[in-house]
Amino acid sequence: MATETVLALRRVTKDFGAGVSTQRAVADVSLEIPRGEFFSLLGPSGCGKTTILRMIAGFETPTAGEVWLNGRRIDALPPYQRNVNTVFQSYALFPHLTVQGNVEFGLRRKQIANLEKRVQQVLEQVRLEAKASRRPSELSGGERQRVALARAIVLEPDLLLLDEPLSALDPQLRKQVRGELRDLQRRVGVTFLFVTHDQEEALSMSDRIAVMNAGALEQVGTPREIYTRPRTRFVANFLGAMNWIDGIGVRPEAVNITPEGRKAVVTGVTYLGSFCHIALTLEGGVAIAAQAPPGSAFESGQAVCVTWNPRDEIRCDDQVRLA
Amino acid sequence: MKRLRNAFLAPAAALMAVTMLAPLAIIVVYSLLTRGAYGGVELPWTAENFSRLYDPVYGVIFLRSFWVAAAATALCLVLGFPLAMFIARSGSRKNLYLSLVILPFWTSFLIRTYAWMFILRDTGILNSALLGLGLIREPLPLLYNDGAVILGLVYGFLPFMVLPLYATLERLDPSLLEAAADLGARPWDTLMRVTLPMCAPGIRAGAILVFVPCLGTYLTSDLLGGSKTVLIGNLVQNQFTASRDWPFGAALSLALMGVAMLLLFAVRRRGEELL
Repeated sequence: MATETVLALRRVTKDFGAGVSTQRAVADVSLEIPRGEFFSLLGPSGCGKTTILRMIAGFETPTAGEVWLNGRRIDALPPYQRNVNTVFQSYALFPHLTVQGNVEFGLRRKQIANLEKRVQQVLEQVRLEAKASRRPSELSGGERQRVALARAIVLEPDLLLLDEPLSALDPQLRKQVRGELRDLQRRVGVTFLFVTHDQEEALSMSDRIAVMNAGALEQVGTPREIYTRPRTRFVANFLGAMNWIDGIGVRPEAVNITPEGRKAVVTGVTYLGSFCHIALTLEGGVAIAAQAPPGSAFESGQAVCVTWNPRDEIRCDDQVRLA
Repeated sequence: MKRLRNAFLAPAAALMAVTMLAPLAIIVVYSLLTRGAYGGVELPWTAENFSRLYDPVYGVIFLRSFWVAAAATALCLVLGFPLAMFIARSGSRKNLYLSLVILPFWTSFLIRTYAWMFILRDTGILNSALLGLGLIREPLPLLYNDGAVILGLVYGFLPFMVLPLYATLERLDPSLLEAAADLGARPWDTLMRVTLPMCAPGIRAGAILVFVPCLGTYLTSDLLGGSKTVLIGNLVQNQFTASRDWPFGAALSLALMGVAMLLLFAVRRRGEELL
Protein backbone atom coordinates (compact mmCIF):
# COMPACT_ATOMS: atom_id res chain seq x y z
CA MET A 1 0.00 0.00 0.00
CA ALA A 2 1.29 3.43 -0.90
CA THR A 3 -0.05 5.29 2.09
CA GLU A 4 0.29 4.35 5.70
CA THR A 5 -2.86 3.16 7.45
CA VAL A 6 -3.67 5.04 10.65
CA LEU A 7 -6.88 3.34 11.64
CA ALA A 8 -8.07 -0.13 10.83
CA LEU A 9 -11.33 -1.70 11.95
CA ARG A 10 -11.42 -5.45 11.46
CA ARG A 11 -14.86 -7.08 11.50
CA VAL A 12 -16.05 -4.92 14.38
CA THR A 13 -19.42 -5.78 15.90
CA LYS A 14 -21.16 -4.15 18.82
CA ASP A 15 -24.23 -5.46 20.60
CA PHE A 16 -26.09 -3.59 23.30
CA GLY A 17 -28.22 -5.32 25.90
CA ALA A 18 -28.28 -9.03 26.56
CA GLY A 19 -30.41 -12.05 25.81
CA VAL A 20 -33.61 -11.46 23.92
CA SER A 21 -33.30 -7.69 24.00
CA THR A 22 -29.89 -7.64 22.29
CA GLN A 23 -29.55 -4.85 19.77
CA ARG A 24 -26.83 -5.05 17.14
CA ALA A 25 -25.62 -1.46 16.78
CA VAL A 26 -22.63 -2.23 14.57
CA ALA A 27 -22.47 -5.31 12.37
CA ASP A 28 -19.18 -6.67 11.07
CA VAL A 29 -17.63 -3.38 9.98
CA SER A 30 -14.16 -3.35 8.41
CA LEU A 31 -12.50 -0.11 7.44
CA GLU A 32 -9.08 1.39 6.78
CA ILE A 33 -8.19 5.05 6.93
CA PRO A 34 -4.82 6.28 5.61
CA ARG A 35 -2.86 9.03 7.34
CA GLY A 36 -3.94 12.57 6.55
CA GLU A 37 -7.32 11.67 5.13
CA PHE A 38 -10.58 13.47 5.82
CA PHE A 39 -12.87 10.48 6.22
CA SER A 40 -16.59 10.74 6.91
CA LEU A 41 -19.03 8.24 8.35
CA LEU A 42 -22.38 9.18 6.89
CA GLY A 43 -25.72 7.70 7.83
CA PRO A 44 -29.11 8.36 9.40
CA SER A 45 -29.37 8.68 13.16
CA GLY A 46 -29.24 5.32 14.89
CA CYS A 47 -27.22 3.68 12.11
CA GLY A 48 -24.30 2.96 14.43
CA LYS A 49 -21.87 5.61 13.27
CA THR A 50 -21.52 7.21 16.71
CA THR A 51 -21.05 3.75 18.25
CA ILE A 52 -18.11 3.16 15.89
CA LEU A 53 -16.66 6.49 16.94
CA ARG A 54 -17.07 5.61 20.62
CA MET A 55 -15.36 2.25 20.13
CA ILE A 56 -12.39 3.98 18.51
CA ALA A 57 -12.26 6.56 21.32
CA GLY A 58 -12.53 3.83 23.96
CA PHE A 59 -15.92 4.65 25.47
CA GLU A 60 -17.36 1.37 24.24
CA THR A 61 -15.75 -2.04 23.83
CA PRO A 62 -16.46 -4.03 20.66
CA THR A 63 -18.42 -7.23 21.17
CA ALA A 64 -16.26 -8.76 18.44
CA GLY A 65 -13.55 -7.58 16.11
CA GLU A 66 -10.41 -5.51 16.42
CA VAL A 67 -9.49 -1.83 16.40
CA TRP A 68 -5.96 -1.01 15.26
CA LEU A 69 -4.32 2.39 15.51
CA ASN A 70 -0.92 2.95 13.95
CA GLY A 71 -0.28 -0.79 13.77
CA ARG A 72 -1.18 -1.34 17.41
CA ARG A 73 -4.30 -3.05 18.63
CA ILE A 74 -6.16 -0.67 20.92
CA ASP A 75 -9.64 -2.05 21.51
CA ALA A 76 -8.83 -3.14 25.07
CA LEU A 77 -7.10 0.11 26.08
CA PRO A 78 -8.87 2.75 28.19
CA PRO A 79 -9.54 6.09 26.43
CA TYR A 80 -6.67 7.85 28.20
CA GLN A 81 -4.14 5.44 26.67
CA ARG A 82 -5.23 5.95 23.07
CA ASN A 83 -3.64 8.61 20.94
CA VAL A 84 -7.05 9.57 19.61
CA ASN A 85 -9.00 12.68 20.52
CA THR A 86 -12.64 13.55 20.18
CA VAL A 87 -14.62 16.67 19.37
CA PHE A 88 -17.93 15.91 21.07
CA GLN A 89 -21.28 16.81 19.63
CA SER A 90 -22.01 18.98 22.66
CA TYR A 91 -18.30 20.00 22.73
CA ALA A 92 -18.12 18.92 26.41
CA LEU A 93 -15.96 21.90 27.34
CA PHE A 94 -15.09 22.09 31.02
CA PRO A 95 -17.26 24.94 32.31
CA HIS A 96 -15.08 25.54 35.37
CA LEU A 97 -11.97 26.17 33.25
CA THR A 98 -11.08 29.02 30.91
CA VAL A 99 -10.42 28.54 27.21
CA GLN A 100 -6.73 28.34 28.08
CA GLY A 101 -7.46 25.84 30.87
CA ASN A 102 -9.50 23.68 28.52
CA VAL A 103 -6.78 23.64 25.88
CA GLU A 104 -4.09 22.95 28.49
CA PHE A 105 -6.04 20.10 30.06
CA GLY A 106 -4.72 17.32 27.85
CA LEU A 107 -1.17 18.72 27.69
CA ARG A 108 -0.99 18.79 31.48
CA ARG A 109 -2.20 15.20 31.76
CA LYS A 110 0.58 14.14 29.40
CA GLN A 111 3.11 16.42 31.12
CA ILE A 112 4.20 17.88 27.84
CA ALA A 113 6.93 20.52 27.78
CA ASN A 114 6.59 23.84 25.99
CA LEU A 115 3.00 23.96 27.11
CA GLU A 116 2.49 27.73 26.90
CA LYS A 117 3.85 27.97 23.39
CA ARG A 118 1.77 25.13 22.06
CA VAL A 119 -1.41 26.47 23.63
CA GLN A 120 -0.75 29.88 22.12
CA GLN A 121 -0.04 28.38 18.71
CA VAL A 122 -3.20 26.33 18.60
CA LEU A 123 -5.32 29.24 19.84
CA GLU A 124 -3.92 31.31 16.98
CA GLN A 125 -4.78 28.53 14.56
CA VAL A 126 -8.42 28.68 15.61
CA ARG A 127 -8.36 32.50 16.03
CA LEU A 128 -9.14 32.46 19.73
CA GLU A 129 -5.96 33.97 21.17
CA ALA A 130 -7.94 37.00 22.34
CA LYS A 131 -10.38 34.85 24.30
CA ALA A 132 -7.89 32.68 26.18
CA SER A 133 -9.09 33.82 29.59
CA ARG A 134 -12.82 33.52 28.88
CA ARG A 135 -15.06 30.81 30.26
CA PRO A 136 -16.93 28.58 27.79
CA SER A 137 -20.21 30.14 28.95
CA GLU A 138 -18.99 33.50 27.62
CA LEU A 139 -18.35 32.20 24.10
CA SER A 140 -20.55 31.89 21.01
CA GLY A 141 -21.42 28.48 19.56
CA GLY A 142 -18.82 28.80 16.83
CA GLU A 143 -16.13 29.79 19.32
CA ARG A 144 -16.97 26.85 21.56
CA GLN A 145 -16.65 24.53 18.62
CA ARG A 146 -13.21 25.99 17.92
CA VAL A 147 -12.14 25.53 21.54
CA ALA A 148 -13.20 21.87 21.35
CA LEU A 149 -11.18 21.55 18.17
CA ALA A 150 -8.13 23.31 19.63
CA ARG A 151 -8.28 21.22 22.80
CA ALA A 152 -8.06 18.08 20.69
CA ILE A 153 -5.56 19.01 17.96
CA VAL A 154 -3.10 20.51 20.43
CA LEU A 155 -2.38 16.91 21.48
CA GLU A 156 -1.44 15.99 17.91
CA PRO A 157 -3.51 12.81 17.89
CA ASP A 158 -3.04 10.07 15.29
CA LEU A 159 -6.73 10.42 14.59
CA LEU A 160 -9.26 13.11 15.41
CA LEU A 161 -12.82 11.94 15.90
CA LEU A 162 -15.55 14.49 15.25
CA ASP A 163 -19.06 13.58 16.34
CA GLU A 164 -21.48 15.80 14.39
CA PRO A 165 -19.46 18.86 15.43
CA LEU A 166 -21.50 21.25 13.29
CA SER A 167 -24.96 20.19 14.39
CA ALA A 168 -25.05 22.64 17.30
CA LEU A 169 -24.32 25.61 15.03
CA ASP A 170 -26.92 27.64 13.18
CA PRO A 171 -27.25 26.80 9.45
CA GLN A 172 -25.59 29.98 8.22
CA LEU A 173 -22.49 29.38 10.30
CA ARG A 174 -22.45 25.68 9.53
CA LYS A 175 -21.61 26.24 5.87
CA GLN A 176 -18.82 28.65 6.69
CA VAL A 177 -17.34 26.30 9.30
CA ARG A 178 -17.25 23.43 6.79
CA GLY A 179 -14.67 25.29 4.75
CA GLU A 180 -12.73 26.34 7.83
CA LEU A 181 -12.65 22.81 9.18
CA ARG A 182 -11.48 21.44 5.85
CA ASP A 183 -8.72 24.08 5.64
CA LEU A 184 -7.62 23.40 9.19
CA GLN A 185 -7.44 19.67 8.52
CA ARG A 186 -5.25 20.25 5.47
CA ARG A 187 -3.02 22.70 7.34
CA VAL A 188 -2.54 20.58 10.45
CA GLY A 189 -2.43 17.31 8.54
CA VAL A 190 -4.28 15.36 11.23
CA THR A 191 -6.41 12.44 10.05
CA PHE A 192 -10.10 13.25 10.56
CA LEU A 193 -12.89 10.78 11.15
CA PHE A 194 -16.00 12.88 10.81
CA VAL A 195 -19.42 11.55 11.78
CA THR A 196 -22.47 13.20 10.25
CA HIS A 197 -25.99 12.56 9.04
CA ASP A 198 -25.81 15.52 6.65
CA GLN A 199 -24.91 14.29 3.16
CA GLU A 200 -24.03 17.77 1.92
CA GLU A 201 -21.56 18.16 4.78
CA ALA A 202 -19.96 14.81 4.00
CA LEU A 203 -19.83 15.45 0.25
CA SER A 204 -18.32 18.90 0.56
CA MET A 205 -15.58 18.10 3.08
CA SER A 206 -14.45 14.51 2.76
CA ASP A 207 -11.72 12.75 0.84
CA ARG A 208 -13.68 9.55 1.28
CA ILE A 209 -17.07 8.69 2.74
CA ALA A 210 -18.42 5.53 4.27
CA VAL A 211 -22.21 5.33 4.09
CA MET A 212 -23.76 3.35 6.93
CA ASN A 213 -27.19 1.85 7.33
CA ALA A 214 -28.54 -0.29 10.17
CA GLY A 215 -25.11 -0.95 11.65
CA ALA A 216 -23.41 -2.01 8.43
CA LEU A 217 -21.30 -0.25 5.79
CA GLU A 218 -23.19 0.18 2.54
CA GLN A 219 -20.42 1.74 0.48
CA VAL A 220 -17.04 3.40 0.89
CA GLY A 221 -15.74 5.77 -1.74
CA THR A 222 -14.95 9.32 -2.76
CA PRO A 223 -17.84 11.81 -2.68
CA ARG A 224 -18.08 11.65 -6.48
CA GLU A 225 -18.14 7.86 -6.52
CA ILE A 226 -20.83 7.44 -3.96
CA TYR A 227 -22.99 10.18 -5.44
CA THR A 228 -22.71 9.15 -9.08
CA ARG A 229 -22.15 5.41 -8.64
CA PRO A 230 -24.07 4.39 -5.51
CA ARG A 231 -23.86 0.68 -5.02
CA THR A 232 -27.18 0.35 -3.22
CA ARG A 233 -30.53 2.07 -3.38
CA PHE A 234 -30.07 3.13 0.19
CA VAL A 235 -26.88 5.02 -0.70
CA ALA A 236 -28.49 6.49 -3.81
CA ASN A 237 -31.48 7.75 -1.84
CA PHE A 238 -29.51 8.95 1.16
CA LEU A 239 -27.04 11.02 -0.86
CA GLY A 240 -29.77 13.03 -2.56
CA ALA A 241 -33.17 12.98 -4.21
CA MET A 242 -33.51 10.13 -6.68
CA ASN A 243 -36.10 9.10 -9.27
CA TRP A 244 -36.56 5.39 -9.80
CA ILE A 245 -37.77 4.74 -13.33
CA ASP A 246 -38.07 1.11 -14.44
CA GLY A 247 -35.49 0.06 -11.85
CA ILE A 248 -32.98 2.66 -12.96
CA GLY A 249 -32.05 5.69 -10.91
CA VAL A 250 -31.96 9.21 -12.36
CA ARG A 251 -31.21 12.27 -10.23
CA PRO A 252 -33.72 15.14 -10.59
CA GLU A 253 -31.02 17.48 -11.87
CA ALA A 254 -30.31 15.01 -14.73
CA VAL A 255 -33.93 15.01 -15.91
CA ASN A 256 -34.52 17.47 -18.76
CA ILE A 257 -37.93 18.70 -19.76
CA THR A 258 -37.83 18.68 -23.55
CA PRO A 259 -40.23 18.83 -26.56
CA GLU A 260 -39.74 15.15 -27.26
CA GLY A 261 -39.18 12.11 -25.10
CA ARG A 262 -41.20 10.24 -22.50
CA LYS A 263 -44.60 11.78 -21.93
CA ALA A 264 -45.31 13.25 -18.52
CA VAL A 265 -47.71 15.61 -16.77
CA VAL A 266 -46.57 18.40 -14.43
CA THR A 267 -48.19 17.95 -11.02
CA GLY A 268 -46.51 20.72 -9.08
CA VAL A 269 -44.00 23.57 -9.38
CA THR A 270 -42.01 24.84 -6.43
CA TYR A 271 -39.88 27.95 -6.83
CA LEU A 272 -36.64 27.54 -4.82
CA GLY A 273 -34.68 30.63 -5.85
CA SER A 274 -31.77 29.18 -7.78
CA PHE A 275 -33.99 26.62 -9.51
CA CYS A 276 -37.55 25.34 -9.76
CA HIS A 277 -38.48 21.92 -8.43
CA ILE A 278 -40.92 20.29 -10.86
CA ALA A 279 -43.04 17.33 -9.78
CA LEU A 280 -44.18 15.14 -12.68
CA THR A 281 -46.08 11.95 -13.29
CA LEU A 282 -44.82 9.76 -16.11
CA GLU A 283 -47.16 7.97 -18.41
CA GLY A 284 -47.84 4.81 -16.47
CA GLY A 285 -48.15 6.63 -13.17
CA VAL A 286 -44.57 6.86 -11.82
CA ALA A 287 -44.01 10.11 -9.90
CA ILE A 288 -40.64 11.76 -10.54
CA ALA A 289 -38.94 15.06 -9.86
CA ALA A 290 -36.96 17.33 -12.16
CA GLN A 291 -35.15 20.62 -11.89
CA ALA A 292 -35.76 23.54 -14.19
CA PRO A 293 -34.24 27.05 -14.43
CA PRO A 294 -35.85 29.54 -12.05
CA GLY A 295 -37.34 31.48 -14.96
CA SER A 296 -39.16 28.54 -16.51
CA ALA A 297 -42.94 28.81 -16.73
CA PHE A 298 -44.40 25.36 -16.17
CA GLU A 299 -47.85 24.92 -14.71
CA SER A 300 -49.63 22.10 -12.97
CA GLY A 301 -51.51 19.93 -15.44
CA GLN A 302 -49.24 20.83 -18.33
CA ALA A 303 -48.31 17.95 -20.66
CA VAL A 304 -44.54 17.76 -21.26
CA CYS A 305 -41.85 15.30 -22.27
CA VAL A 306 -38.76 14.30 -20.30
CA THR A 307 -35.38 12.89 -21.34
CA TRP A 308 -32.09 12.19 -19.66
CA ASN A 309 -28.62 11.28 -20.74
CA PRO A 310 -28.06 7.51 -20.40
CA ARG A 311 -24.71 8.38 -18.82
CA ASP A 312 -26.61 9.76 -15.83
CA GLU A 313 -28.50 6.53 -15.24
CA ILE A 314 -27.65 4.83 -11.99
CA ARG A 315 -27.82 1.08 -11.64
CA CYS A 316 -27.55 -0.30 -8.12
CA ASP A 317 -26.31 -3.76 -7.21
CA ASP A 318 -29.34 -4.45 -5.13
CA GLN A 319 -31.90 -3.26 -7.67
CA VAL A 320 -32.82 -6.74 -8.78
CA ARG A 321 -33.28 -7.86 -5.21
CA LEU A 322 -35.41 -4.86 -4.32
CA ALA A 323 -37.27 -4.23 -7.58
CA MET B 1 -51.64 38.26 40.43
CA LYS B 2 -49.33 40.04 42.80
CA ARG B 3 -52.02 40.32 45.47
CA LEU B 4 -52.73 36.60 45.15
CA ARG B 5 -49.05 35.80 45.47
CA ASN B 6 -48.78 37.94 48.60
CA ALA B 7 -51.83 36.28 50.08
CA PHE B 8 -50.21 32.86 49.71
CA LEU B 9 -46.88 34.10 50.99
CA ALA B 10 -48.33 35.79 54.08
CA PRO B 11 -48.76 32.67 56.28
CA ALA B 12 -45.18 31.54 55.70
CA ALA B 13 -43.86 35.05 56.23
CA ALA B 14 -45.86 35.41 59.45
CA LEU B 15 -44.66 32.03 60.68
CA MET B 16 -41.05 32.97 59.94
CA ALA B 17 -41.45 36.25 61.77
CA VAL B 18 -43.01 34.67 64.83
CA THR B 19 -40.91 31.53 65.08
CA MET B 20 -37.54 32.89 64.03
CA LEU B 21 -37.36 36.61 64.55
CA ALA B 22 -39.28 36.74 67.81
CA PRO B 23 -37.14 34.17 69.68
CA LEU B 24 -34.05 35.81 68.24
CA ALA B 25 -35.20 39.17 69.56
CA ILE B 26 -35.87 37.63 72.96
CA ILE B 27 -32.37 36.15 73.03
CA VAL B 28 -30.85 39.52 72.11
CA VAL B 29 -32.81 41.26 74.89
CA TYR B 30 -31.97 38.56 77.45
CA SER B 31 -28.29 38.70 76.59
CA LEU B 32 -28.26 42.34 77.66
CA LEU B 33 -30.01 41.83 81.03
CA THR B 34 -28.88 40.61 84.45
CA ARG B 35 -29.44 37.07 85.65
CA GLY B 36 -32.23 36.39 88.09
CA ALA B 37 -31.50 34.54 91.32
CA TYR B 38 -33.65 31.52 90.33
CA GLY B 39 -33.26 31.72 86.56
CA GLY B 40 -34.96 34.25 84.34
CA VAL B 41 -33.71 37.76 83.79
CA GLU B 42 -33.82 41.08 85.62
CA LEU B 43 -32.93 44.67 85.02
CA PRO B 44 -30.52 46.54 84.83
CA TRP B 45 -29.21 46.40 81.28
CA THR B 46 -25.59 45.27 81.03
CA ALA B 47 -22.97 44.22 78.49
CA GLU B 48 -21.17 42.11 81.06
CA ASN B 49 -22.49 38.83 79.60
CA PHE B 50 -20.53 39.50 76.43
CA SER B 51 -17.32 40.56 78.16
CA ARG B 52 -17.36 37.26 80.07
CA LEU B 53 -17.01 35.47 76.72
CA TYR B 54 -13.36 36.54 76.61
CA ASP B 55 -12.55 34.02 79.34
CA PRO B 56 -10.12 31.51 77.75
CA VAL B 57 -12.19 28.65 79.21
CA TYR B 58 -14.93 29.46 76.68
CA GLY B 59 -12.40 29.97 73.92
CA VAL B 60 -11.24 26.39 74.44
CA ILE B 61 -14.81 25.12 74.31
CA PHE B 62 -15.46 27.12 71.13
CA LEU B 63 -12.35 25.73 69.47
CA ARG B 64 -13.22 22.23 70.54
CA SER B 65 -16.71 22.61 69.10
CA PHE B 66 -15.23 23.81 65.83
CA TRP B 67 -12.84 20.91 65.69
CA VAL B 68 -15.60 18.38 66.36
CA ALA B 69 -17.93 19.98 63.81
CA ALA B 70 -15.15 20.31 61.23
CA ALA B 71 -14.05 16.71 61.71
CA ALA B 72 -17.64 15.47 61.40
CA THR B 73 -18.12 17.56 58.23
CA ALA B 74 -14.90 16.31 56.68
CA LEU B 75 -15.79 12.71 57.46
CA CYS B 76 -19.28 13.19 56.05
CA LEU B 77 -17.71 14.52 52.85
CA VAL B 78 -15.20 11.69 52.57
CA LEU B 79 -17.87 9.05 53.22
CA GLY B 80 -20.70 10.83 51.46
CA PHE B 81 -18.98 11.62 48.16
CA PRO B 82 -18.39 8.04 47.04
CA LEU B 83 -21.86 7.11 48.25
CA ALA B 84 -23.49 9.98 46.34
CA MET B 85 -21.47 9.06 43.25
CA PHE B 86 -22.53 5.44 43.54
CA ILE B 87 -26.19 6.42 43.86
CA ALA B 88 -26.01 8.91 40.99
CA ARG B 89 -24.66 6.15 38.74
CA SER B 90 -26.97 3.33 39.77
CA GLY B 91 -29.62 3.98 37.15
CA SER B 92 -33.05 2.64 37.97
CA ARG B 93 -32.11 1.82 41.56
CA LYS B 94 -31.37 5.47 42.38
CA ASN B 95 -34.66 6.02 44.17
CA LEU B 96 -34.32 2.89 46.25
CA TYR B 97 -30.85 3.91 47.46
CA LEU B 98 -31.98 7.47 48.12
CA SER B 99 -34.83 6.26 50.28
CA LEU B 100 -32.39 4.03 52.17
CA VAL B 101 -30.24 7.09 52.85
CA ILE B 102 -33.15 8.93 54.45
CA LEU B 103 -34.65 5.83 56.08
CA PRO B 104 -33.11 6.64 59.53
CA PHE B 105 -35.19 9.84 59.61
CA TRP B 106 -38.23 7.68 60.27
CA THR B 107 -36.93 7.12 63.81
CA SER B 108 -36.23 9.83 66.36
CA PHE B 109 -32.67 11.07 66.43
CA LEU B 110 -32.72 10.72 70.22
CA ILE B 111 -33.56 7.02 70.04
CA ARG B 112 -30.93 6.42 67.37
CA THR B 113 -28.34 8.15 69.52
CA TYR B 114 -29.30 5.96 72.47
CA ALA B 115 -28.85 2.97 70.18
CA TRP B 116 -25.26 4.08 69.60
CA MET B 117 -24.76 4.10 73.40
CA PHE B 118 -25.88 0.47 73.47
CA ILE B 119 -23.40 -0.33 70.74
CA LEU B 120 -20.43 1.57 72.13
CA ARG B 121 -20.60 1.26 75.93
CA ASP B 122 -18.33 -1.08 77.92
CA THR B 123 -21.00 -3.78 78.11
CA GLY B 124 -22.32 -2.87 74.65
CA ILE B 125 -22.70 -5.02 71.56
CA LEU B 126 -19.32 -4.17 70.08
CA ASN B 127 -17.25 -4.70 73.22
CA SER B 128 -19.18 -7.86 74.14
CA ALA B 129 -18.56 -9.28 70.70
CA LEU B 130 -14.86 -8.46 70.76
CA LEU B 131 -14.52 -9.87 74.29
CA GLY B 132 -16.46 -12.96 73.32
CA LEU B 133 -14.22 -13.56 70.33
CA GLY B 134 -11.22 -13.15 72.59
CA LEU B 135 -9.82 -10.32 70.51
CA ILE B 136 -9.58 -8.02 73.52
CA ARG B 137 -9.26 -8.62 77.25
CA GLU B 138 -10.80 -5.43 78.54
CA PRO B 139 -13.60 -3.38 77.02
CA LEU B 140 -12.35 -0.65 74.69
CA PRO B 141 -13.25 2.90 75.78
CA LEU B 142 -15.51 3.52 72.82
CA LEU B 143 -18.05 5.76 74.50
CA TYR B 144 -17.73 9.16 76.21
CA ASN B 145 -15.01 10.78 74.10
CA ASP B 146 -14.72 13.10 71.11
CA GLY B 147 -14.52 10.12 68.77
CA ALA B 148 -17.91 8.86 69.90
CA VAL B 149 -19.40 12.34 69.46
CA ILE B 150 -17.96 12.68 65.96
CA LEU B 151 -19.22 9.21 65.09
CA GLY B 152 -22.70 10.11 66.30
CA LEU B 153 -22.67 13.37 64.33
CA VAL B 154 -21.42 11.73 61.13
CA TYR B 155 -24.08 9.08 61.50
CA GLY B 156 -26.81 11.63 62.09
CA PHE B 157 -25.84 14.19 59.45
CA LEU B 158 -24.48 12.05 56.63
CA PRO B 159 -27.77 12.28 54.66
CA PHE B 160 -27.48 16.08 54.68
CA MET B 161 -24.16 15.72 52.88
CA VAL B 162 -25.21 12.93 50.54
CA LEU B 163 -28.37 14.57 49.23
CA PRO B 164 -26.87 17.82 47.87
CA LEU B 165 -23.84 15.94 46.55
CA TYR B 166 -26.15 13.52 44.79
CA ALA B 167 -28.10 16.41 43.29
CA THR B 168 -24.98 17.94 41.69
CA LEU B 169 -23.46 14.62 40.62
CA GLU B 170 -26.70 13.54 39.03
CA ARG B 171 -26.74 16.65 36.86
CA LEU B 172 -23.08 16.30 35.90
CA ASP B 173 -22.84 15.87 32.12
CA PRO B 174 -21.28 12.42 31.54
CA SER B 175 -19.67 13.66 28.33
CA LEU B 176 -17.42 15.88 30.50
CA LEU B 177 -16.00 12.77 32.14
CA GLU B 178 -15.57 11.15 28.75
CA ALA B 179 -13.86 14.29 27.49
CA ALA B 180 -11.42 14.18 30.40
CA ALA B 181 -10.55 10.53 29.71
CA ASP B 182 -10.31 11.34 26.01
CA LEU B 183 -7.77 14.07 26.77
CA GLY B 184 -5.62 11.63 28.68
CA ALA B 185 -6.88 11.97 32.26
CA ARG B 186 -6.78 8.80 34.35
CA PRO B 187 -9.83 8.15 36.55
CA TRP B 188 -8.20 9.77 39.58
CA ASP B 189 -7.28 12.87 37.55
CA THR B 190 -10.81 13.08 36.21
CA LEU B 191 -12.16 12.91 39.76
CA MET B 192 -9.85 15.63 41.06
CA ARG B 193 -9.85 17.93 38.02
CA VAL B 194 -13.39 17.61 36.73
CA THR B 195 -15.83 15.84 39.03
CA LEU B 196 -14.82 17.51 42.29
CA PRO B 197 -14.57 21.06 40.93
CA MET B 198 -17.88 20.64 39.13
CA CYS B 199 -19.44 19.50 42.42
CA ALA B 200 -18.24 22.54 44.35
CA PRO B 201 -21.79 23.90 44.82
CA GLY B 202 -22.99 20.58 46.21
CA ILE B 203 -19.96 20.21 48.46
CA ARG B 204 -20.51 23.71 49.79
CA ALA B 205 -24.20 23.15 50.41
CA GLY B 206 -23.55 19.81 52.10
CA ALA B 207 -20.75 21.22 54.24
CA ILE B 208 -22.98 24.05 55.46
CA LEU B 209 -25.90 21.72 56.16
CA VAL B 210 -23.65 19.46 58.24
CA PHE B 211 -21.26 21.92 59.84
CA VAL B 212 -23.77 24.44 61.20
CA PRO B 213 -25.98 22.00 63.13
CA CYS B 214 -22.91 20.06 64.32
CA LEU B 215 -21.46 23.28 65.70
CA GLY B 216 -24.47 23.81 67.93
CA THR B 217 -25.13 20.18 68.81
CA TYR B 218 -25.81 19.29 72.43
CA LEU B 219 -27.81 16.05 72.29
CA THR B 220 -25.10 13.93 70.65
CA SER B 221 -22.29 15.37 72.77
CA ASP B 222 -24.41 15.02 75.91
CA LEU B 223 -25.22 11.35 75.32
CA LEU B 224 -22.09 10.08 73.57
CA GLY B 225 -19.51 12.53 74.95
CA GLY B 226 -20.47 12.30 78.61
CA SER B 227 -19.27 14.92 81.06
CA LYS B 228 -15.79 15.06 79.52
CA THR B 229 -16.82 16.46 76.18
CA VAL B 230 -18.42 19.86 76.71
CA LEU B 231 -19.29 21.65 73.49
CA ILE B 232 -20.87 25.09 73.08
CA GLY B 233 -24.26 23.49 72.75
CA ASN B 234 -23.93 21.83 76.13
CA LEU B 235 -22.58 25.02 77.65
CA VAL B 236 -25.60 26.99 76.43
CA GLN B 237 -27.93 24.27 77.62
CA ASN B 238 -26.26 24.37 81.05
CA GLN B 239 -26.74 28.12 81.39
CA PHE B 240 -30.47 27.72 80.93
CA THR B 241 -30.74 24.69 83.22
CA ALA B 242 -28.28 23.89 85.99
CA SER B 243 -26.43 27.26 86.07
CA ARG B 244 -29.58 29.36 85.84
CA ASP B 245 -27.70 32.05 83.98
CA TRP B 246 -30.04 32.88 81.11
CA PRO B 247 -28.37 36.13 80.05
CA PHE B 248 -24.99 34.45 79.67
CA GLY B 249 -26.58 31.52 77.81
CA ALA B 250 -28.20 34.02 75.46
CA ALA B 251 -24.87 35.79 74.91
CA LEU B 252 -23.17 32.47 74.18
CA SER B 253 -25.87 31.56 71.65
CA LEU B 254 -25.47 34.88 69.89
CA ALA B 255 -21.69 34.51 69.77
CA LEU B 256 -22.08 31.04 68.26
CA MET B 257 -24.53 32.34 65.71
CA GLY B 258 -22.26 35.26 64.83
CA VAL B 259 -19.27 33.02 64.22
CA ALA B 260 -21.31 30.57 62.16
CA MET B 261 -22.65 33.38 60.00
CA LEU B 262 -19.20 34.82 59.43
CA LEU B 263 -18.08 31.41 58.23
CA LEU B 264 -21.07 31.13 55.91
CA PHE B 265 -20.29 34.48 54.33
CA ALA B 266 -16.67 33.51 53.89
CA VAL B 267 -17.69 30.31 52.10
CA ARG B 268 -20.26 32.05 49.94
CA ARG B 269 -17.94 34.89 48.98
CA ARG B 270 -15.26 32.53 47.73
CA GLY B 271 -17.77 30.21 46.17
CA GLU B 272 -19.61 32.69 43.98
CA GLU B 273 -17.05 32.41 41.26
CA LEU B 274 -17.57 28.70 40.94
CA LEU B 275 -21.33 28.82 40.71
